[in-house]
Amino acid sequence: MAVAIILLLVAIASVLFHIFSPWWWTPLASNWRYIDDTITLTFWITGAVFFAVVAFMAYCVFRFRHTEGRRADYNPENKKLEWWLSVGTAIGVAAMLAPGLVVWHQFVTVPADATEVEVMGQQWQWSYRLPGKDGRLGTSDARNVSSDNPMGLSPDDAAGQDDVVIQNDDLHLPLGKPVKLLLRSIDVLHDFYVPEFRAKMDMIPGSVTYYWFTPTRTGTFEVLCAELCGAAHAQMRSKVIVDEEKDYHAWLEKQRTFAELSQQRNVAKAAYRSGSE
Amino acid sequence: MVDVPFDTVAGVPPAEVGEVELYHPRSWWTRYVFSQDAKVIAIQYSITAMSIGMVALVLSWLMRLQLGFPGTFSFIDPNQYLQFITMHGMIMVIYLLTALFLGGFGNYLIPLMVGARDMVFPYVNMLSYWVYLLAVVVLASTFFVPGGPTGAGWTLYPPQAILSGTPGQDWGIVLMLVSLILFIIGFTMGGLNYVVTVLQARTRGMTLMRLPLTVWGIFTATVMALLAFPALLVASVMLLLDRLLGTSFFMPTLVEMGTLTKYGGGSPILFQHLFWFFGHPEVYIVALPAFGIISDLISVHARKNIFGYRMMVWAIVAIGALSFVVWAHHMYVSGMHPYFGFFFATTTLIIAVPTAIKVYNWVLTLWRGDIHLTIPMLFALAFIITFVNGGLTGLFLGNVVVDVPLSDTMFVVAHFHMVMGIAPIMAVFGGLYHWYPKVTGRMLNEALGRFHFWVSFLGAYAIFFPMHYLGLLGMPRRYHDIGETAFVPASAHDLNAFMSVAALIVGFAQLVFLFNLIWSLFKGREAGGNPWGAASLEWQTPETPPGHGNWGKDLPIVYRWAYDYSVPGTAMDFVPQNEPPAGLSAQGAHP
Repeated sequence: MAVAIILLLVAIASVLFHIFSPWWWTPLASNWRYIDDTITLTFWITGAVFFAVVAFMAYCVFRFRHTEGRRADYNPENKKLEWWLSVGTAIGVAAMLAPGLVVWHQFVTVPADATEVEVMGQQWQWSYRLPGKDGRLGTSDARNVSSDNPMGLSPDDAAGQDDVVIQNDDLHLPLGKPVKLLLRSIDVLHDFYVPEFRAKMDMIPGSVTYYWFTPTRTGTFEVLCAELCGAAHAQMRSKVIVDEEKDYHAWLEKQRTFAELSQQRNVAKAAYRSGSE
Repeated sequence: MVDVPFDTVAGVPPAEVGEVELYHPRSWWTRYVFSQDAKVIAIQYSITAMSIGMVALVLSWLMRLQLGFPGTFSFIDPNQYLQFITMHGMIMVIYLLTALFLGGFGNYLIPLMVGARDMVFPYVNMLSYWVYLLAVVVLASTFFVPGGPTGAGWTLYPPQAILSGTPGQDWGIVLMLVSLILFIIGFTMGGLNYVVTVLQARTRGMTLMRLPLTVWGIFTATVMALLAFPALLVASVMLLLDRLLGTSFFMPTLVEMGTLTKYGGGSPILFQHLFWFFGHPEVYIVALPAFGIISDLISVHARKNIFGYRMMVWAIVAIGALSFVVWAHHMYVSGMHPYFGFFFATTTLIIAVPTAIKVYNWVLTLWRGDIHLTIPMLFALAFIITFVNGGLTGLFLGNVVVDVPLSDTMFVVAHFHMVMGIAPIMAVFGGLYHWYPKVTGRMLNEALGRFHFWVSFLGAYAIFFPMHYLGLLGMPRRYHDIGETAFVPASAHDLNAFMSVAALIVGFAQLVFLFNLIWSLFKGREAGGNPWGAASLEWQTPETPPGHGNWGKDLPIVYRWAYDYSVPGTAMDFVPQNEPPAGLSAQGAHP
């Protein structure tokens, strides 16, 4: 009796915890409402199954627990019942999988008008790069990495000279414009993760990965690394700030291009050299 | 409803081969230490696995202390935290659960349940244990080498696993890989034994479709392990070469702490494919023996045949086969080609169907049963609850687009602990309480057992159920300290502290269990040969604990399946597998 009640209480407490939990997903800041909806749907279906199975168990324990003289039924199988349960399960699974695959198709299909933004991970910081006036990002290679060129951009690629380079600073994005994040790493695996955007993808040295989203509200959002990348994994932070169009442009105006930064370094170096002579 | 007993035959086919002379131990050493007897090897495997498991348990306390009360314990730094999670995960999954289910339960139960005198290759079986012990010693030694154990996470993903930004880069990772290679060699020796024994050494009348589901679970898991572990073996060898000889199997051109390395041309994703080609079947290598054990526990203690035996067997086989085509669901956000997501999400969710059938058949076995709420039965009920819970959250993570926000968060940690941590451990405990009387001849203490059960089950549920919601919130895994993060409310820290306290209490209950194991060995109630009134063969041995060769002079002859409980028209509520049908004496079987 007590066992049956405790089993039932476990099921009820789980449902109540779910309903009253103050720990829930962060307010959405991207277009991926469909992902949240798919999770909600999955919670409904799985929650119903969980409660039904545990409640059924609790009932059996209550109703069929051993008492003097009780004898169990002899009931090896029931093809019809097993068949119906299998079909019902398959339908429930399909009801979750189908919308999931539809939303995944959207997730991997980048709209043509998405702006490309590069995110680069390294132990243990983030850097960003935006295409310049030509709208194209220049090439890069880990072999080019040096203290003068921490992102490893190709110095000879004309397309890269006007790229806007953001180091040790936050990334700004314009509100309502689809962005395709090009993700790259120069050392180990990282993962550019902003909980409010719902999207994430690993960054792999030697490859460029991507995902896309559209920011849907302004604000400051914390960037975390979601793929273990060594000792300071937990401290690998940055911020993404979603701005109204005009604020975004005001910010963009103040950023430096790769050519400007290289030139600035050369000037600084020359000054250092002449000063030391 | 049927009135006639299920699956009994009038005659039993004659033995196809005669008995082979059994080896005989000649001294104390070959009887108890370098023993070739599967029962002794099983106990050696179990003690070793539980010993190293205790280390992993202590590591989990340290991790929970850090997570619940960050900054309070100065002896835990970020590097150590990573070392703790890595060693905890690796030990629990491979050195405890795999070794205990296959090396422990497998060795003890397979020969007894199929009616054999021993494993078919006793000497190789002995070697298997000693190589396993060596693997455990090498693994444990990493705690004492310069730089300590590796902190690469149990997945050991390159490049970070072998670069200097990760703790244990000098010795830890090398010894970890060596230990894994040794483990796989040892396991292969044992595994071949289990498979050949089940296929070749069954006694007369023991058809495959009369095997207890425990044997089916362990047998299928072993076949899977023999197919899956080679992928981990090659991945370990290649990673070792990358680390020691500077090859670049998994290493592209990259920078290490600001300096360009000599690596170039390798693929980090390749390692992930190899790892998970092993790693996903590994989940079922741990789960299938648990499925089998739970089926038998429920049937025996509800005094009722397992519902839908044939469907249960096919579900085990189907799950085993399907689990080889779902591995990349661990890699949805790894950067592999996104179109893989469609395929792997579909295969992954299809597995839910045979898995659900197993759950339905367990609870339908309870229906109209005669449920004895013994400790093994309690653990079986707890297994079903935690397994259903963890299995259902698998439908979140398997459905590719839902996995995107949840992967690499505490939701994943909660999910896999529920489904392949807590649930299989419930099966292990249930199995230990159930078979301990056969192994030792004495019962485990009932009161201590009930205390152990309630604290372990409710405590573990209180740790891992709320943890899902921290993941839903977005809290990433493998963070020693979430620190000041805008989206994490103060209440989340309180929840973490609560889970840590629960973890310490659950850990304490395991010490009570260990005490019970030792105390009952000397002071436990005498069990007799068949205290639960079970029908399967291992309870029908002439001696308890079973002697050398298990069966005395003659091997048992099997006339029926392992689940003849409460058969209408019989006086007792169970009929042993080796009891001839009415009107047919034991000699009535074909000679």
